[in-house]
Amino acid sequence: MCGIVGLFLKDKTLEPKLGEMLSDMLVTMTDRGPDSAGIAIYNSENTNKNKIVVQSDTPEEAFKDLDQSLAKSLAVEVTIDVKSTHAVLTADCAFEDIKAALATLDPTIRVMSRGENLEIYKEVGLPKNVAERFAIGAMSGTHGIGHTRMATESAVTTMGAHPFNTGMDQCLVHNGSLSNHNSLRRKLRREGVHIETENDTEVGAAYLTWQMQNGATLGEALESGLDALDGFFTFVVGTKDGFGVVRDPIACKPAVMAETDQYVAFGSEYRALVNLPGIETARVWEPEPATVYFWSHDDTSSATGKAA
Amino acid sequence: MQVIDMETVALRELNETLHAQTDTTNQTKWVIDNPKGAHAIACGLDAPIEVTVKGSTGYYCAGMNKQATINIKGSAGPGVAENMMSGTVVIDGDASQYAGATAHGGLLVIKGNASSRCGISMKGVDIVVHGNIGHMSAFMAQSGNLVVCGDAGEALGDSLYEARLFVRGSVKSLGADCVEKEMRPEHLTLLADLLERAESDAKPEEFKRYGSARQLYNFNIDNAY
Repeated sequence: MCGIVGLFLKDKTLEPKLGEMLSDMLVTMTDRGPDSAGIAIYNSENTNKNKIVVQSDTPEEAFKDLDQSLAKSLAVEVTIDVKSTHAVLTADCAFEDIKAALATLDPTIRVMSRGENLEIYKEVGLPKNVAERFAIGAMSGTHGIGHTRMATESAVTTMGAHPFNTGMDQCLVHNGSLSNHNSLRRKLRREGVHIETENDTEVGAAYLTWQMQNGATLGEALESGLDALDGFFTFVVGTKDGFGVVRDPIACKPAVMAETDQYVAFGSEYRALVNLPGIETARVWEPEPATVYFWSHDDTSSATGKAA
Repeated sequence: MQVIDMETVALRELNETLHAQTDTTNQTKWVIDNPKGAHAIACGLDAPIEVTVKGSTGYYCAGMNKQATINIKGSAGPGVAENMMSGTVVIDGDASQYAGATAHGGLLVIKGNASSRCGISMKGVDIVVHGNIGHMSAFMAQSGNLVVCGDAGEALGDSLYEARLFVRGSVKSLGADCVEKEMRPEHLTLLADLLERAESDAKPEEFKRYGSARQLYNFNIDNAY
């Protein structure tokens, strides 16, 4: 099953409540998947610095003085904000350099997300516990997506949890199962794409990243994903300034959306949306199969249909 | 009139209360407040009662319904009125996928649009959709009538048996073995009655009828065991 949610705010006055609203939506979806949960939040800060969220199974040892050792090897200022098993590292230098330095310092540290505004928090456990562990409810932001997992294609681990980071400030959550992930993983690895786990969604995420590295826009990548990915999927994706939805042509994985002047919201079920302000009068609809929907803070929104 | 507020009454208690109604109950009108997308609301009813659900529902609302009249004042999630046997289910808003799936009897009215797989494997139910329906609707439909006042999506009536399909608007594509058929006087009479019961002002003459060409493997007697 899996439960997915997304919330894109149009009304800036709601931004301080984004974490609270999104966690509430995800907790409602708990009985769609109890294995692991995760939330990606985009904040509105404009620091122009790279932010990397890392995870460790032994955070006390791994994150102790990590900022100082990183600062030494990178020769730039590094700040660290430890939240349970995760830590947010901020540094004014390229992601690849930070990643390389991390790999040398402690290869057991895993990267959850990278970008200027994106932070991904995910762990094994129920949405309620994951949200509390990382104090998601107190986070503000412009948009975010969340996932609660019922594992089918790979192990229940932190790395198998969603959202998956697909590139700088990009992430994706998935409800469904891809059936051609093994062959696509081999193909992508031949192209030099790094894929960490045996998880199907990671392959979907890596495919989109690879497409975009080769010049596709997110919309184009999602559209070519409709051809390249075999199986069931409802994807919700987040980018630095926007949020998109696409379902496979068969569309058996549920999806419902709501839009008001204040927000655009996505839920696997209507239950996830019922506590949003003004939901009684919102435009509520089911996204069409094989159609890419996208909303952006640049004030452009679109839906492009593609024949199945 | 009996009112049950789902803010304070659990789903199981709500359904047990409705199941306790018999053919001779004098509590014939029920209102359910705050459904908030909950699953399996008013499932398995078997009494001549009227239930009004004041809001939108989640999975399987009014499933297996017998006798009861259920009116959803919002939209319905997947599998509404699945396997209905008799009675009436009216949805004021839209219905998600597989509305009326496998239903044997009764009347299902969707005043908005229905999503994919509407009436899949229907076995005798009458379904009237005021708006459009999605892809793969009436797949393997065996009996009953599906009336669509708007448009139909891809692969309408794939592998159809004896169900009758009536569509007023366009059909994106017909499924395997589904063909357009002539509209005879008895079909117009049937349609007029269904449209009236579903409170639609569409005219029977505006519809086209679709049905099975009966050319698939299982229609050939030589393939019977």
